[in-house]
Amino acid sequence: MIGALGLALGVVLGLLLQPDVPFWLQPYLPIAVVAALDAVFGALRAFLDGIFDDKVFVVSFISNVLIAALIVYLGDQLGVGGQLSTGVIVVLGIRIFSNVAAIRRHLFHA
Amino acid sequence: MPDRTSDPSTRTESTEPTGRQRLRAAMHARWSRGQAVVGVLLAVLGFAAVVQVRANDADEVFVGAREGDLIALINTLALATDRAEAEIADLRRTRDSLQDDAESTATAIAVARERADTLGILAGTLPAEGPGIRITVEAQAGELGSEQLLNGLQELRNAGAEAIEINDEVRVVAQSGLTEGPDGRLAVDGVLLDPPYVIDVIGDPHTLATALEFDGGFIEEVEAVAGSVSVEQLDTVDVTSTRRPVPPRFANPVEEE
Repeated sequence: MIGALGLALGVVLGLLLQPDVPFWLQPYLPIAVVAALDAVFGALRAFLDGIFDDKVFVVSFISNVLIAALIVYLGDQLGVGGQLSTGVIVVLGIRIFSNVAAIRRHLFHA
Repeated sequence: MPDRTSDPSTRTESTEPTGRQRLRAAMHARWSRGQAVVGVLLAVLGFAAVVQVRANDADEVFVGAREGDLIALINTLALATDRAEAEIADLRRTRDSLQDDAESTATAIAVARERADTLGILAGTLPAEGPGIRITVEAQAGELGSEQLLNGLQELRNAGAEAIEINDEVRVVAQSGLTEGPDGRLAVDGVLLDPPYVIDVIGDPHTLATALEFDGGFIEEVEAVAGSVSVEQLDTVDVTSTRRPVPPRFANPVEEE
């Protein structure tokens, strides 16, 4: 409940403030957002499994974001930033899909 | 198969809450540290997602443009920038030269104006004021001849008279002609003057007065033939009458190289 409230609050804040993305953050923000989404869906699945732990969620959330940013940074340094970003997105996308499938089975038994 | 229905998975479902029940319970969850942390992280996520979506919207124009197109676009922009910069430099140069022009024009105008003032006073086209003397000649018509007046004017000019006027009526300049009217009155440039003759002169008062007073000078000469002469040295003499300039008909200036 509080999580949903927090999400709504963040969206409203973003809409109201309309901040510009700082230039140095521009390549990392999209990947970081996707990584965070992955962490959130994983957490939701764990919650429905009854094994949710807020400590685990915090750690996975932050480490997901950091690792995603690190991979993009590394890719940029190696000159394969675009490809590596795509790879990260694909992997995270697969994870999100599998998590969502698990959530779906929990909620709809289907 | 009765065994199947009573296998561990169904048993755990009956003892453990299902996903839906957990979700329903979470909706009524009490405030706790874990919930707060999750809320904060989700707020950050929502914020970042919205910001990213907005940032993405901003430059959607070039999304999907091909590399070649983008390069051409950049080249066009670079060319436009070059042209604009060249234009700026051009305009700046023009502005500088115009500024120089304006300054020299202003100087030329100031010089010309000064010269026009000087010439205007010399030619009698401008009224003038300044320190000087006022000479009053008490004489009957016919007693004072043009000769004496001419000599007097000559002496005044020698003493540095800059503007001369008689009876507030006639400005005496280089072209002025002195004549005598039929009844013996003096005439300057054809204007008949009534005695007493009052001559206003602008110049150094002391020098002018001295120039008139020496032996055989204007005062003695006039007093030998008629009346009396009085000279006042004044701080301000107004020479108000002017003379219309006569453009030369025959004389042409010689062009100087």
